[in-house]
Formats: sequence, structure tokens, C-alpha cells
Amino acid sequence: MTSWIEGIAASSGIAIAKAYRLVEPDLSFQKTTIDDPEKEITRFRESLVAAKSQVEAIRDHAKEKMGDDKAAIFDAHLLILNDPEIVNPIEEKIKNEKVNAEAAVQETTDMFIQIFEQMDNEYMRERAADIRDVRKRIMAELLNVTIPNPSLISEEVIIVAEDLTPSDTAQLNRQFVKGFTTDIGGRTSHSAIMARSLEIPAVVGTKKATKEIEHGDMLILDGLKGQVHINPTEELLAEYKQKQADYEKQMAEWAKLINEPSVTKDGVQVELVANIGTPNDVEGALRNGAEGVGLFRTEFLYMDRDELPDEEYQFEAYKAVLEGMEDRPVVVRTLDIGGDKELSYLQLPEELNPFLGFRAIRLCLERKDIFRTQLRALLRASVYGNLKIMFPMIATLDEFREAKQVFLEEKEKLTNEGIPVSDDIELGIMVEIPSTAVLADQFAKEVDFFSIGTNDLIQYTMAADRMNERVSYLYQPYNPSILRLIKNVIDASHKEGKWTGMCGEMAGDETAIPLLLGMGLDEFSMSATSILKARDLIRKLSKKEMEELANQALQMSTVEEVVELVQNTVK
Amino acid sequence: MVERTYKVIDETGIHARPATLLVREAGKFNSDIQLKYQDKSVNLKSIMGVMALGIGKDAEITITASGDDEEAAIDAIDGLLKKEGLAE
Repeated sequence: MTSWIEGIAASSGIAIAKAYRLVEPDLSFQKTTIDDPEKEITRFRESLVAAKSQVEAIRDHAKEKMGDDKAAIFDAHLLILNDPEIVNPIEEKIKNEKVNAEAAVQETTDMFIQIFEQMDNEYMRERAADIRDVRKRIMAELLNVTIPNPSLISEEVIIVAEDLTPSDTAQLNRQFVKGFTTDIGGRTSHSAIMARSLEIPAVVGTKKATKEIEHGDMLILDGLKGQVHINPTEELLAEYKQKQADYEKQMAEWAKLINEPSVTKDGVQVELVANIGTPNDVEGALRNGAEGVGLFRTEFLYMDRDELPDEEYQFEAYKAVLEGMEDRPVVVRTLDIGGDKELSYLQLPEELNPFLGFRAIRLCLERKDIFRTQLRALLRASVYGNLKIMFPMIATLDEFREAKQVFLEEKEKLTNEGIPVSDDIELGIMVEIPSTAVLADQFAKEVDFFSIGTNDLIQYTMAADRMNERVSYLYQPYNPSILRLIKNVIDASHKEGKWTGMCGEMAGDETAIPLLLGMGLDEFSMSATSILKARDLIRKLSKKEMEELANQALQMSTVEEVVELVQNTVK
Repeated sequence: MVERTYKVIDETGIHARPATLLVREAGKFNSDIQLKYQDKSVNLKSIMGVMALGIGKDAEITITASGDDEEAAIDAIDGLLKKEGLAE
């Protein structure tokens, strides 16, 4: 039977592959009395053997891909599977109480989990998670259900999940994962951003992907329209193979613009740069014709670890990006953690409104140890390329001044230690809080540049949580209120001889680009895969005409009017 | 039966990695090997048992081994504790 579901087109492209469900399995069971304990013990032992071989495979894979450090945890899991203090009590329980293996495993491991959770040492409490993980594998074997091991995927697949966390996506193998579709999320959720960074299509927010799609179903993922076709007919498959080929042809056409300048018809040049998350993304940025990096999200260096990354580790990453980009500008955003991005090892208390809470620069100014380490690593790397630094979530001038002060202190310390640092590092801020956008004229006197983060600027201006689908209609990049804020920031920077970039989703948006160009935006930072398409568009536009367009848009009253205006002007 | 007593000198005590090493070493021998800390005694071949003791720095611990290879076993454990700088 052919069917299809719809969601939000979060990353363009077309993928055709089998479904791989990344969904927590159902491990519920009934406690029963059994007649033959010997047989039940055999069944338990078989599940242990199978679980061990799974863990060994994962460990070997981790060792090869991520090093001994990451693999060590799986060695510990193997020891738990071999632990006589766990195995023997389970077997005795089966024998003495005549219960099924599932119940014996559950009850015995519960006891250990309780012991560890009650310890007053945080590290020990976390060991409870190891037992849970091991138990999950034994239970899955006993119940004959599959636990997804995304790191072991070895054929082309499309990932089907409720949502994807940063650690899920970090485990995905780019070679085999051809796309993904999720139940929840929007264009700016983590999974969507990752898909664009991996350059694979994604359809998110389908509400029912995990309900409708079985493991192994053939899927067509249409990241252009936001559709997922499940077990398509031969005709549809042929049609999509053609679409895929057309899409690739279009991409090849755009690829001719890789080394062309981003210049309008009337000769005005702007900068088209890439958003990246790791040094690995540099290659994709250059391949897509990026003239620099407009946003290096350093959070990824802090994620999927058990402790803060040290100065050396960060230095190597920044150096790799700066060297990789040669002398092109690289704007690094200092740590923006909090909101929807957590670091378990920092053990920050849960907040009622994390997006309005202790995040980004607010955290860095209180935890200066973390901030200083990052700034030192950046300063040391600064001599390897064209570094610019920006601070996220700046709401007041005092915050910027304090951050700058810490930067200058670290710079002086390094200079006194005889370590070379660049003298030309520009210091800028993200403009994503309305207070800063409104007061841009005052900020412009002190900062070297602005970078407008539209995802947050829109969410804070409209007071609409961008993770909440019920208010997603308020995500309105073209609302005249947002446009006026953007215009205010750009004008303020130009008045002081500074420049303004934009690193939100909006900078790569076909409808927004004519308006932004008209308002005088200097730098457009976007997913690498959007750059060539944007360059193609900009080369067809006239700056002068777009100025008129923008001026009209700024006087409109609703988002619909603005969209209509742009569509009628730019064909 | 052979028995030796040590003082833990590792800053973080017998946590995951050292515990893993000890349990793996103990698993190589036939003897029954026990780890005593305060009034509790656990099977040194059990990772959960060892970790559940929550042994910290400066703790006094006793290792006992009894069985056909008890001497070899306690020597191996002794060597490991010292080589890894866990106890003296």
C-alpha cells in the first residue's frame, strides 16, 4: 500500500532509501510463573551472550571511529554483563521464585540501580545509567525486539525518529544516512539545522512519521516539498528518480558560480558566508563557494563529552578552521549553551523558561573559567587566519563591555607569556534580543560589527517559543516589525563605519534576500548548501531596485503584504 | 588463604576505570578473591560490587584470595594496584 505523510521541508534535496527507525523500543512485559526454570535460565544465558556480542561490536566500532576514550564505557558494560553479582542472583531468582527471566532481570537490576542512585557521589549516581543501558539490551533480547544502534548502520538509510538530539546526530554516519524525518521540530530546530549542515534532505514535524513508517520500509524523502512517501509504487519511484536527477542538474548549474563574486546587477558586492559547527564543515563550506564563515557555532565542541573541552583541544579546532578557510574571514561565536542546548556535565538547574534564562553570554560571564579558556584558545589560534569573535545573547552594553574586558585581559596575559596573538581581531555581538536591536546606535560606537541572529530575534520579538508548534505561525521573518528592527541595526552600524551580517535562517531565504539586500545588509551567513542558490539570485537583482522594494516593505502593515510585494517585484 | 592490606592513594578513589582494571584482572584467576572495605566484603570479580563500595582516597582496603592460584592472583592484583598508583 502506498501512502505519504507531510511535514516541514527542513533541508532540501531528495533521498530514496530504506527506513531506519531510531525509536526507543517497547520493553514492557508481564511477570509470569514458569514451570521449567532450567529452560528459563538457558534463555537468560542466551540473551546475555547476544547482548555481549552487540556491546563488543559497538565497542570495536567506537574504538575505531572515536578512540579508546569513548570505547571505555562499553568495556565497563561488558564487565556488567559478566558480573557474577548480577548474573547469579538473576539465575537464583528464576530457580527459587520460578519467575520469568524478564522479571528476574528487572527486579535484580532495579536493586543495583537503587544502590547507585542513592550514593552521594554524582559520578556513582551516573553508573545507574550504565546498568539501565545494559539491562535494556538484555531485555530487548529476551523480548525479541531490536534496539537501534545508529553507529552501526552500514547501508544507505533514511532515519525515522520522534526527534533527533545533538548526540544522536553526532553518531550518524554521513556515508550511509541519506536523510531524516521526524515527528516533531520545525525549520530552526536542532535536527533541521544539522540536516542542512550534513547536506542531506530532511522533513521534520510530520507528527506521525514514527507511527506510519515501519523499519525497513522503502521511503522517498522529498526535502523540497516536505513530503515522505512510504513504500511508493514503481511509477512514483521512477518519477522521483527523475526529480532527483533534475535537482542534481540544477545543483551542477549553481556549482558554476563557486568562484564567481556575489555582485548585484548594478555592481554592489556583498559577502556570502557559511554557518558551520565543526572543523569538518570547512570542506563543505568551500565546496559550496563560501567567501568565509559567518557563524562558527562552538557549542558542538562542548557536546558529547563528559567534561569541558580544554584549551588545547579547542585551540586545535579553531586553528583547523582558520587554516582551512585560508585568509577568508571566520566569525566565531563564543559558547552559546542553554536554551535547547544542554551540557549535562555542567549540571545546570532546570529552568522554567530556558530560552529566557541562564544561557550564552549570561552563563559565560558568571562561569568566567569556561569563558577564559575559550578566549585563550581563540587568541592563540588567531595568528592562523582571519579571526573575528562575537558574543551571543548580548542584551546590554555592560555585558559587551565586561566580555571585552575579559578578552583584553586574556590577550594581555598571552602577550606577557610571549605567545603570539593577532592584533586585528574584530569583536562583535549577536543581535538577537530586541533591546539590543533598538539600542543599536549606542552599541555601534563600541562594537566592530553586528551579526543578526534572526531565529532568536524573531522568537523574542514575537514572544513565541520557536519549539512550540502551536505558535509557529508567529515565526514571521517578513513581518514589518522585524524588518524595521533589522533596518535599524544595519543603519546604526553604517553610521559608525561598521558592518552588519546576518546568521539566522532568514539570510538564506529567497523571499528575504531581496529585502535584506535593499536594506543594506553586508554579509549573509547561511547553511553552506544555500550559498550558490543565493549567489545566483543576488547576481540577478539590482541593489537600487531592492532599496525601493525594502522602503515600501518597511511601510507595510502585515507579513502577507510584504510577501506579496516581494513576489510581484522579484520574479 | 592469602591476605594483604592497602591504603588507597588515587585522588578519585576506586572509580570506574581502576575498578574495571581490577575486576578484569581478578577474572583471570580461579581463586575466590574478595575486597573488604570497612565492614563490607565483595567479590572482586564483580564490577557492581566493587563500585557499590564507593571507595574513596585514603580508604583502607583488604584483598583476600583463596584457591589453587591464590598466590599468583594476589601478586597480580598487588602489581596492578601499585602500577596504576591506586594504593600502597
